[in-house]
Amino acid sequence: MLEINQLEKCFGTTQVLKSIDLSVKPGELVFVIGPSGSGKSTMLRCCNRLEEPTSGSILLDSEHVTECHGRALDKMRLKIGMVFQGFHLYPHKSVLANVMLAQVKALKRSKPEAKARAMEMLEHVGLAHKADAMPSELSGGQQQRVAIARALALDPKVMLFDEPTSALDPELVGSVLKVMKQLRQEGMTMLVVSHEMEFAREAADRVVFMDGGVVVEAGPPEDIFGNPKSERLRAFLSRLQPTTAA
Amino acid sequence: MSNFIDLFFNLDIMAQAWPLLLKGLIITLKLCAVVILLGLAGGLLLALGALSPRKWLKWPTIGFIDLFRALPPLVVLIFVYSGLPFAGLELTPFMAVVLAFFLNNSAYFAEVFRAGIQSVPKGQPEAAQATGLSQVQSLVHVILPQAIRNVLPDLLSNTVEVVKLTSLASVVSLSELLYSANMARSITYNSSPLVLAALIYLAILWPLVRLISRYQRGLAEH
Repeated sequence: MLEINQLEKCFGTTQVLKSIDLSVKPGELVFVIGPSGSGKSTMLRCCNRLEEPTSGSILLDSEHVTECHGRALDKMRLKIGMVFQGFHLYPHKSVLANVMLAQVKALKRSKPEAKARAMEMLEHVGLAHKADAMPSELSGGQQQRVAIARALALDPKVMLFDEPTSALDPELVGSVLKVMKQLRQEGMTMLVVSHEMEFAREAADRVVFMDGGVVVEAGPPEDIFGNPKSERLRAFLSRLQPTTAA
Repeated sequence: MSNFIDLFFNLDIMAQAWPLLLKGLIITLKLCAVVILLGLAGGLLLALGALSPRKWLKWPTIGFIDLFRALPPLVVLIFVYSGLPFAGLELTPFMAVVLAFFLNNSAYFAEVFRAGIQSVPKGQPEAAQATGLSQVQSLVHVILPQAIRNVLPDLLSNTVEVVKLTSLASVVSLSELLYSANMARSITYNSSPLVLAALIYLAILWPLVRLISRYQRGLAEH
């Protein structure tokens, strides 16, 4: 489904991604963990070209994401949903208008069609009753669920999550994770960068550990958390221990 | 006292001058409409140019904006009206004023738009692009509505400045409001037409100025 080959990214003279290889199969939930500055988010942002890869290729259903330009890139992005740490809802538009905008302007759906789809997606994330609210009237967890609905309404083939719960108060994290779990059950293909280790253990098909711009270790969550092979992963997990215990 | 009223607030003379001033007012309003619309459009394009990642576009645009923000508008106006004919380019007073003030205003509006666009968090265009919107769609539906809301008081202030600026057109004998009033003054040998013109400017601009103050206070309270 999603294939990342030999991906490299440099900011000036600093290389933040070094020859990343990663693939996500249809219906798979792949979790990317690692210390901050390890390049996880940059890798994710390369997948829809919010960051321009320095070299390497990214394929979605054997189509080159990395070779698209202009209109073709806009079209490609419709197939790749993205959820940001900071939600990034449009503050000047209602919840409903947020979920409708790209459907109408990019997918060229009719307004009634887009509205029906938007309401369906809002229902899905449990926020249909907030359709007419402005984003500023919602809690962080609600805003993030609207952002998920906005991405889902475009019927993407894969969903990218960039630390979707990092900006949320602890008591709001659960509602967002619940929606993500539901998506996984419905067979959505997902690539998730997150620090929610419990969630990774429970819901991920595979966990990828990144450090210093390389994939250090990858495997099923049992192996990554239960039997870490590399020293770096062991060190990373032991540093997390106090927070996971609490 | 009655002498003072006769000289500055003579209602008979104001009534006499009114038809002339009305003609002048219409020209002033036309001039404002043209200069403001052109200035807004030009300012937006210049702002986009100044924010462009393409250096060949960015730096000349910034140079242009700086130049016309630094040059006094009266200097530009007299140059366009009296200087350009030496190069064979002769413009009517109206066209000369429009051109000179367009250059001045688009530079000012460009700075306002640039500040507005930069005030929109980077995540907004990223979210728009990630949902497949083109750059133009992202600009029109996501960035500009927020940018304009953020700098609305400055846009309005600038508009007030434009209206005041149009009175400079009197120096190239364009018969706008001030020119007409001064003409009426010299015919009637009385200053009341000038006072009337001032009152007309005040009537147009005072509500705008009030609105801006209220809006700014509103923003400060948030």
